[in-house]
This record gives sequence, C-alpha cells and structure tokens, in this order.
Amino acid sequence: MTAALTLEQLCVRAGSFCLGPLDLTLAAGDYLVVMGATGAGKSLLIKAICGLLRPSSGRVWVDGREVTGLPPRERRVGYVPQSAALFPHLSVARNITFGAWAAGRDEAAALAQSAPVLAVLGLEPLLERRPATLSGGERQKVALARALCTTPRLLVLDEPVSALDEPSRRSVCAALRDLHVRIGMTTLHVCHSLEEARAVAHRLGIIAAGQWAWCGAMAAIDSAPPAHPAARRLLGLD
Amino acid sequence: MRRRRDVARESAAAMRPVAAAREPLMAACVVVAVLFAAMVLALVGADAWYLIRHGNGPADLLRSLSRPGIRQAVVLSLTTSLCSLALTLATSLPLGYLLSRQRFPGRALLSTLVDVPIVVPPVVIGISLLAFFGSGLGVAVRAGLGRVGLSMVSGLGIVLCQYLVSVPYAIRAAAAAFDEVDRELEAVAMVLGCSRWRAFRGVTLPLARNGLLAGGVMAWARALGVFGPIMAFVGTGPRVQVMPTCVWLELSVGNIDVALTLALVMLGLSGAALALVHALAPGRSWT
Repeated sequence: MTAALTLEQLCVRAGSFCLGPLDLTLAAGDYLVVMGATGAGKSLLIKAICGLLRPSSGRVWVDGREVTGLPPRERRVGYVPQSAALFPHLSVARNITFGAWAAGRDEAAALAQSAPVLAVLGLEPLLERRPATLSGGERQKVALARALCTTPRLLVLDEPVSALDEPSRRSVCAALRDLHVRIGMTTLHVCHSLEEARAVAHRLGIIAAGQWAWCGAMAAIDSAPPAHPAARRLLGLD
Repeated sequence: MRRRRDVARESAAAMRPVAAAREPLMAACVVVAVLFAAMVLALVGADAWYLIRHGNGPADLLRSLSRPGIRQAVVLSLTTSLCSLALTLATSLPLGYLLSRQRFPGRALLSTLVDVPIVVPPVVIGISLLAFFGSGLGVAVRAGLGRVGLSMVSGLGIVLCQYLVSVPYAIRAAAAAFDEVDRELEAVAMVLGCSRWRAFRGVTLPLARNGLLAGGVMAWARALGVFGPIMAFVGTGPRVQVMPTCVWLELSVGNIDVALTLALVMLGLSGAALALVHALAPGRSWT
C-alpha cells in the first residue's frame, strides 16, 4: 500500500537552526499529531511538506509521488494555518472554492461537491458571510473546508485550535474527529496540547531541537512513556 | 480606588476631544494644529480673495481659462500627467512588490536609489536630464527618437520630468500597501493551487488595491505640479507650456489674475486628488 506521506532524511535549515534529518511514514488514513516546544521545528516541518520552504537535503513523498522539487500548488497538500488565513475580500463560499478558482475549475460545482464536508462543519448558513464577521472557530472550520475542497492527498494543520477559546476548541476538535472518521483523510496536525492530541489523533510524534524525541501510537504514551527528557517535560511527566 | 477613578477619568477624557484639549500637552497640539490649518486655508483663500477683490467674477475666470495658450497648458498638463501616471504605475507595482516581499543583495541600494528623486531639489533632476541627453547614450537615444519624429522638447520630455519626480512616491506607497497584506495569505493561496502570479492577482492585488490607488493619485497630483525639471529640461516654448510653467510665465509678465486663476485650478485638482487619497488609503479617514 502506498504511503500518504514519506519523509526521507529531510533537513531544513533556517539561520543557524537545522531541522532533521527526519524520517517519517504516514499510511493512508493516519492521523498524526506533532508536538514540540516553541522553536523545536514544527513550523519548518510543515512548510517543507507544503513546499513553502526548500529542504537543504532529503526527500518528501506525498501519495507515492516525490514532491521535493515541486512548487506548493503541485503537491496536493491541504494546509490550514493557525490564523486560518481566510481571504478577507472574499465571501466564505468563495474562500472555500478558491482552490477551484486557482485550478480554473467551476467554482459552483466545487462548492456542490463540498456539500458533505460543509454539512459536517455546519457551514451552509455562513456561505455568504465575510470572514471578518465569523468567530474564531467558524474561521478555522472555513479554512478546513477550503483545504479539503481541493481534494488533497494529505491535510496539514498548523495549530488550528491554539488561538481559540475552550468551546470553539472543543467544537473544532469534534469536527476534525468527525471528518477524519467520514473521509479518512491522512492528517498531520501540529499542536501544543496532549489533551487536544488525544481528542483527534491515533499517532503522536514529539520533536525536540529538530529531531524526533518520540514517535508512536497514541496509546503507547501511557504503556511505554517516552524516555527523552524534552518529550517527558512536554508531556508533563517530569 | 482614587487612582482607579483617575485612570477612568483620563480614559474618558482621551475619548472626548473637547475634554482632551483642556490637557496642557493636547491643548498645545491643538493650538499648533489650528495655526497650521489656518495658514494653509489663508494661502488657498488669498488666491480667491485677490481675484474677487480685483473684480474677477466666475465669468472672468472662465474667460481667462479659455484663452488658447492657457487652455493648451491645462490640456497638456492633464494629458502628460496621465501618461506619467501610467508609467508610474507600471514601475511602482513591480518595484513596490519586490521591495516589500524579497530580501536580496543590493536591496538597500535599490531602496536608496528609489528615494534619490525625493531628496534632490527638483531642478537638479532637470539639469541631470540635460546632462544625460547631452552626451553619450543620451545623444544616441535623442537621435533615435529624432528618426521617428520625436523630440525631448515636447510632451515626451514633460512626461519624463513628471515621471522622475513622482515615481518614488508611488513606489513607496505601493511597498507600504503590499506590506499591509499578510504573506501567509499568499502562502495559503499557493498551497491551494495558485502560481505566484495567480496568488498576486487573486489575493495580493485586491487587498493592496486601495493603497495602490491612493499612491497613484498622490503621484499624479505630484506630477501635475512639476515645475523646476520642466523649466530646466524642456523650457517654456509655446507648445510645451504646462500649468506650473504657465503660472510662472503669466506672473513674469504681470498677468497676476491669469496666474492666480490657473493656481486655483491646480489647487482644485490637487484638493480633489487628496480627497480621493483620504477616501482610498487604508486606515485613513476624515474623523
């Protein structure tokens, strides 16, 4: 079976900091949460996978195709940043179908195809609204729908609920879980909270100083806790 | 408790302009603001007042403007300034975007060069143009233009002067407008399937539009008032008079009424441009 994401000795440099070399394989349908302290390299990892940063060495494969040298638009990766980054001059509907516009496809047809996702996320009543009129949780859901509307092979979420209040956080996490159950989209989700990770993922990776400090099944966290000091600190075990 | 009341009172005062003006610092600022506004209004009003006092009604002003030489100057000013605006926009968009988005070797030098026409006296630009077209490459360019029937002592030279004076303002305004657009929006657009150009067209340009238009209008108003470089490089021949040079010529022969009428036209155009800038520029308003 083809892996949805493979990282092969991936290294990314940013100034004096170096992420990697990292290896990772995600099977289709996997949901991996990546945790790490601030400055551990999580955002660099996401940017390298999305093609927004060029790795200094190593290779990235998405859905069995090497994408290391490809521009972001050819990688078939869905990306949801922490800020949601909705286009403020476009309605919610046009935000969601932006990928169709970019590809020169029919936007109305793309919106119709996204109906199941919109129903799960409860976005139908918001389609004509502008991003400025949405709550934080609604904005993240729109960003999620926008990413999924491009039918990506891999979904990358960069701290999607970190800036939200508790009810919105619960609502978005529930939507992520629900969507994953229904669509089975391979997901790499960066966050800071183990509670959030437990709510959505079945695999966990912990990065410390640009290296994997721990990576395994979520259930193994309790049965075989990590030995790496940074990972233990992050999980509150020390 | 008392201190908290004071803070609340100060906050309330900050929100009420009249109350704020009673604070010594704010009162001083308001006095300076009133004096400045009065100075500008007095200068503008003086033109109109002079004309009225000397018995020039609206009909006389229109008659002055309809004189062939004056009408030609107004038309030439408007056409050349619009041509220079087109050139300005064609330069300021790519340069503003480059300065806003990229860090590259020589960026500081480029940024400094952009500011050169702002800091040098305008007449120096005219003299530099004379020097350039008087030797080397400039002579070849002039000869080439001559072969197709074009001369620098024409609208072409005027457009060049206006462009060189006004383009730095538009580049700075464009860079500021692009700076206002979150780079993450472009990154997301590219991951969603856009090329860099399509992300620019679909996201960056619409979001920077008001700032770009405001910069363009400001540059146009600046181009309309260019005087020194045109005097030095193009001269004041009968076919190359624009409003600023016409004002100077009319003044020099004692036609103050005509000069002031033209000055009022330029003030009106500049005022309309400024109103447009305030309406368009992000974060600006009349209140």
